[in-house]
Amino acid sequence: MATVSRDDVVSLADAPARPMNMIEAINDALDIMLERDPDVIVMGEDVGYFGGVFRATASLQEKYGKTRVFDTPISENGIIGAAVGMGAYGLRPVPEIQFADYIYPGLDQLISEAARLRYRSAGEFIAPMTVRSPFGGGIFGGQTHSQSPEAIFTHVAGLKTVVPSTPHDAKGLLIAAIEDNDPVIFFEPKRIYNGPFDGYYDKPTKPWKDHPDARVPEGYYSIPLGKARTVREGHAMTVLTYGTMVHVAEAVCREKGVDAEILDLRTLLPLDIEAVENSVEKTGRCLVIHEATRTSGFGAELAAQVQERCFYHLEAPVERVTGFDTPYPHSLEWAYFPGPIRIGEAIDKLLGA
Amino acid sequence: MAKQGEGGGYNRPRLALHVPEPKFRPGDAVDFSHIPVPQAGAQMRPDEACAPSDTNPLCTDLVRVLGDDHQAHGPWDPRLTPDKLRGMLRHMALTRAFDERMYRGQRQGKTSFYMKCTGEEATSVAAAHALASDDMVFPSYRQQGILIARDYPLLEMINQIYSNRGDKLKGRQLPIMYSSRAHSFFTISGNLATQVPQAVGWAMASAIRHDSRIAATWLGEGSTAEGDFHSGMTFAAVYNAPVIFNVINNQWAISSFSGFAGAERTTFAARAIGYGIAGLRIDGNDPLAVYAATRWAADRARSNNGPTLIEHFTYRAEGHSTSDDPSAYRSAQEREEWPLGDPIMRLKQHLIALGEWSEEQQQEMDRALAEQVKAATKEAEKNGILGHGLHHPFHTMFEDVFEELPWHLEEQAEQAIRERQIKWPQ
Repeated sequence: MATVSRDDVVSLADAPARPMNMIEAINDALDIMLERDPDVIVMGEDVGYFGGVFRATASLQEKYGKTRVFDTPISENGIIGAAVGMGAYGLRPVPEIQFADYIYPGLDQLISEAARLRYRSAGEFIAPMTVRSPFGGGIFGGQTHSQSPEAIFTHVAGLKTVVPSTPHDAKGLLIAAIEDNDPVIFFEPKRIYNGPFDGYYDKPTKPWKDHPDARVPEGYYSIPLGKARTVREGHAMTVLTYGTMVHVAEAVCREKGVDAEILDLRTLLPLDIEAVENSVEKTGRCLVIHEATRTSGFGAELAAQVQERCFYHLEAPVERVTGFDTPYPHSLEWAYFPGPIRIGEAIDKLLGA
Repeated sequence: MAKQGEGGGYNRPRLALHVPEPKFRPGDAVDFSHIPVPQAGAQMRPDEACAPSDTNPLCTDLVRVLGDDHQAHGPWDPRLTPDKLRGMLRHMALTRAFDERMYRGQRQGKTSFYMKCTGEEATSVAAAHALASDDMVFPSYRQQGILIARDYPLLEMINQIYSNRGDKLKGRQLPIMYSSRAHSFFTISGNLATQVPQAVGWAMASAIRHDSRIAATWLGEGSTAEGDFHSGMTFAAVYNAPVIFNVINNQWAISSFSGFAGAERTTFAARAIGYGIAGLRIDGNDPLAVYAATRWAADRARSNNGPTLIEHFTYRAEGHSTSDDPSAYRSAQEREEWPLGDPIMRLKQHLIALGEWSEEQQQEMDRALAEQVKAATKEAEKNGILGHGLHHPFHTMFEDVFEELPWHLEEQAEQAIRERQIKWPQ
């Protein structure tokens, strides 16, 4: 199956749509791909009979049988390693790693094998796999249920890294990732599985159902990898972000009345550099926001790219709002999380410059 | 409270860490009498469909077919035709001739690196002869015999070793990290044991598809200490995957003897017992035992009776690689004293004892094979040797990272080509 080209955007204007949360959208994408492509295999810890600890694979085993959707031993190294072998055979495995914090035992298989298979065999063997994994904090997950390890993967030549921020995008991007012939790391921000999050943790979470981006078209569609989404057009500054932080950034800009242009990157690698450049050249200011720790985080790459490409358009230094350089704490979660206060300060600094 | 540090509690015995030590170091006289070498033909051969536990005694025994009388003995005798035996002998001898020439090539500066498999030729050649040609093999770096047994062109192998413009891997891979989809030979990785769960995944895929092909993988005894070995064995047992695990126990992992992989306490085949899969420990220098065990495991896998672990008990007769000098850590006598002899010599003597071969024919074959390798080497050198400029175009360095070149690799490719033009103006 060919990769979706950058311009091949499916028109969904007339497709019937219904409200879904992000879990339902992911489940729908898996269902559609299992139906469309007999090579697609879903596997992981608790994904089969039980339907996944977040319910993302609910009812799929019942529908497609035990050899298409199945539970695995608790071995991330084995899950990814077996998926590499299945891909080499000609299947299109979609392994799940229960939490991104637990992907590390599978790193050797991802970095040394899946990412390099096409290169080292000059295209003889490929790894057309999509590794789904819930990531990010904001749920009192403590050190090992909150991490955002995306920079580990964007640093690896041969891997694509994707992070959706809405049910609509989650479905279209996951379908594109499964169809892609390169290995894709698909991080699902678990804080926004059930509803968008504006950063105010002390208020009840709003469910997705009334959000415009929760209207998910029925049936098959895909959103090309490598293309950012403009969440909001504006002129005062460019905000580069992804995942949960898209919603937090949007809420903060709304509250502060900042005419910011917010880009949801969606795919971190390959990066939509055109969208980034065009926006920063227009606004002259750039704010990078991610939940992951600061030092050598993906924000450093974004800041470097903006600085190299848009230097003469910049009115102020590129600002980064990130998690702190500590392991993810439990009790002090909201002191750690890059929330409205931290983002607000950075906005003031950028506008004051 | 006991005083911390020195001695812990006053009245407790002092603990002592055990660090394994090989029996012989450089200069030591070698005595391998502690290695039991059972009589050929004395080991039972259970049915291929037996319960895994029925093979437990074979995990600590040593399956042998060829005896000191150079004849085949017992239930594991695969009863091969003389033609088949001569074919295996030729492939093993060709593998050795190839190793000799490539080793010299590295010493002459034609390439950066080489690894021989001297003394272990049976573990790849005889195994390959026992598998179907489309069974997928997931080798480590010391199974060049499989490619040779599957008639992969020597020219392609040498092009890869020289990283020249004829190298179909485009000079991206360290020498000997071959790949050939057409020969069902999986791309070799430098990362040890990663191929083990991959082979299991391939075998699972074959079962999901109701295919008839099986997978086989090879790793050294040193690599069995990697986590991937455990996860591969676990997955194979859980899903009853049609896969054969070949542990090549050649006694040495670079400079570490097999004790550092756990050999002081048990055998590597015995690992199978704990996973609940079939296990066989065989004389890895006996090509008939290797063939028979592989055939048994392949038939078992093909009939949905699941995985088998085969420990090939053998000896790494040469250094680990061209970057290694074994005289720095082991006695030079080991190679001569090795009780299981040499796999090529043993098969040659067997054929002679059958009246199907002679010393003259062997000499003639060796001469012809050396010529064949020499001719292939000369042909490959027309495509260049490492570092002499006849490599693939710079742009190929950026291809195949992804299916399509993303913008950042296009940019970097332009830079590499610009640098080239600065260095060598046209």
